[in-house]
Amino acid sequence: MNGFTGFVLRRAVGAGVTLLAISVIVYVVFYATPGNVAQITCGPRCSPEQVHQVARQLNLDDPLFVRFGHFLQGLVAGQDYSTGTSVQHCSAPCLGLSYQSDQQVMQLIWAKLPVSLSLVAGAMVLWLILGVGTGMLSAWRRGRFSERVLTGVTLAGTATPVFVIGLILMIVVCGELRLLPFPQYVALTDDPEQWAWNLLLPWLSLALIEAAAFARLTRASMLETLAEDHIRTFRAYGVGERSIVGRHALRGAFAPVIALNANNVGSAIGGAVLTETLFGLPGIGQELVHAVNVVDLPVVVGMVLVIGFFVVLANAVADVLYAVADRRVVLT
Amino acid sequence: MTDPAVPAASGARQFWRRLRTQRAALVAAGVVALLVLVALAAPLLTAVEGQDPTTYHPSLVDSARGGVPIGSFGGASADHWFGVEPQTGRDLFARLVYGARVSLGVALAATVVQVAIGITLGVAAALGKRWVDQLLSRFTDIIVAMPLMIMSLALLAIVPASFPRPVLVALVIGLIGWGNIARIVRAQTLTLKELDHVSAARLSGWGTWSIARRELLPGIAAPVITYAALLVPSNITVEAALSFLGVGVKPPTPSWGQMLTAADVWYQAAPQYLLLPAGALFVTVLALTVLGDGIRTALDPRAASRLRIGTGRRRESKAPGGGTA
Repeated sequence: MNGFTGFVLRRAVGAGVTLLAISVIVYVVFYATPGNVAQITCGPRCSPEQVHQVARQLNLDDPLFVRFGHFLQGLVAGQDYSTGTSVQHCSAPCLGLSYQSDQQVMQLIWAKLPVSLSLVAGAMVLWLILGVGTGMLSAWRRGRFSERVLTGVTLAGTATPVFVIGLILMIVVCGELRLLPFPQYVALTDDPEQWAWNLLLPWLSLALIEAAAFARLTRASMLETLAEDHIRTFRAYGVGERSIVGRHALRGAFAPVIALNANNVGSAIGGAVLTETLFGLPGIGQELVHAVNVVDLPVVVGMVLVIGFFVVLANAVADVLYAVADRRVVLT
Repeated sequence: MTDPAVPAASGARQFWRRLRTQRAALVAAGVVALLVLVALAAPLLTAVEGQDPTTYHPSLVDSARGGVPIGSFGGASADHWFGVEPQTGRDLFARLVYGARVSLGVALAATVVQVAIGITLGVAAALGKRWVDQLLSRFTDIIVAMPLMIMSLALLAIVPASFPRPVLVALVIGLIGWGNIARIVRAQTLTLKELDHVSAARLSGWGTWSIARRELLPGIAAPVITYAALLVPSNITVEAALSFLGVGVKPPTPSWGQMLTAADVWYQAAPQYLLLPAGALFVTVLALTVLGDGIRTALDPRAASRLRIGTGRRRESKAPGGGTA
């Protein structure tokens, strides 16, 4: 067990280093264009003097590494910001203040995070069930007509952008059939039932697209396992086909599915941005699009880092799960 | 010294032979060819129709009803084959075919950038000193970890607005999405490096550059082409998504994703305003994906049959031991 604890620790340190590297790269890339930012924050009618003043107010005149130092300091220890008349304390982890509203970026993200987490977490449950289920079914029905139908549907799923399927679902289900009202976010803590009903369509849109990749992978790895010798031995012993497919072959799909799920967290967050915009859900995706449109760099950088945090976390958790699930994995 | 031209030529012939046996891939190739043709001939097609994608036709929309196109099926007529856009009255056929230019052009350009960066960094990591490899590989890890959609969305906030937007979108997607190509190229180059003909070239005093160009590039072509073929549809989706969000290709330049932004409001009055760009996106991405799968099967039949990913290979699915359920 000691080896395992050490592995988890090493993995955590690795994740921390990756995050630090990400923040350096992201910060440098996004803040390498200072003049531009001051001009846009100030507005198109600002005189050069006013632009200059804005640049000084936002500390854009300091060298990049000095500003990054401040940023890291804020992240670790918090920071005080003077907003003209008063001083605002931004406690750690502080991602700075929004150029637009002077609001703390971290608070902004905290306020929007439940929406996005509800969306992605719910959709993840759905896409795992749908994807693995479909993959299992088509591995089981291999060579039959139903398998070809499933393969076709899965292929169509990989080819449909999430906002197209979302649009069509919304129009058909909410507009034409009136089975559900147009989604409006209700917090889980306010009314769990309404929360689920309102998120049903966004969940489905996101899950249907993501599930396709899982169906393909589950099918492929189950077929691979089914061709192995130990399965032939089970068959020879008279183990039922249902048990072979449902238990033994499925086990072979477990590790690849975990790995794909970790890899897909990033693309799912990308999909969540689209889903939130489409359904008007007030999550971090919608906020990010807004921040990009008004060039609110602290918000953009903060969001990218928080999203990067979740992606790195997902990958680290997947590595650990992988090691737990399959003791043959060499711990390094 | 091996001459790379000889195996490459016979490899190409073998590739065509294997691709030809896949019916789905052939159909997909036909659809893709047609789409490319439409995109190239967009000015010609709209000239035949007698319209262009940017002229407003206020007389064709009912301003009293919020800009609904006048006439049945969204104002479709002999002059405007697919009807007109709500509110502006711009010709939908023209916007759709010009949208194909943007979609395919941006995706292809982005793929070229991704492949160029991926090959350069992948080969550099494999042939470079240990610390170069470490640095480049860790950098690649980070690039792969960051979601392409989020990063391109965020990067579009800081790029200069004066640049032509489609070029910018292609560049941004290209500058971020090269990670997997670099990984594949690095792994393949590391394998090739140990082979005899490369060692022979090195021993006869060839420079790193000539070795990379004449001995390694032919060897990494197959995996790179395979992956690049699947990058194209993925890039199309990203461009459409960015334009849908309003940060990608901006009006008046038409783009399929951008057309879908307002489509949900108009679906009852002008259903084709939603269905045409959605259908175009779906068919394009599907055809490119099927073609990409076909290319993979043709270039690496062993891997494809092991994973049974091929789309038109019914023989595979009746492998021994199958269908006993």
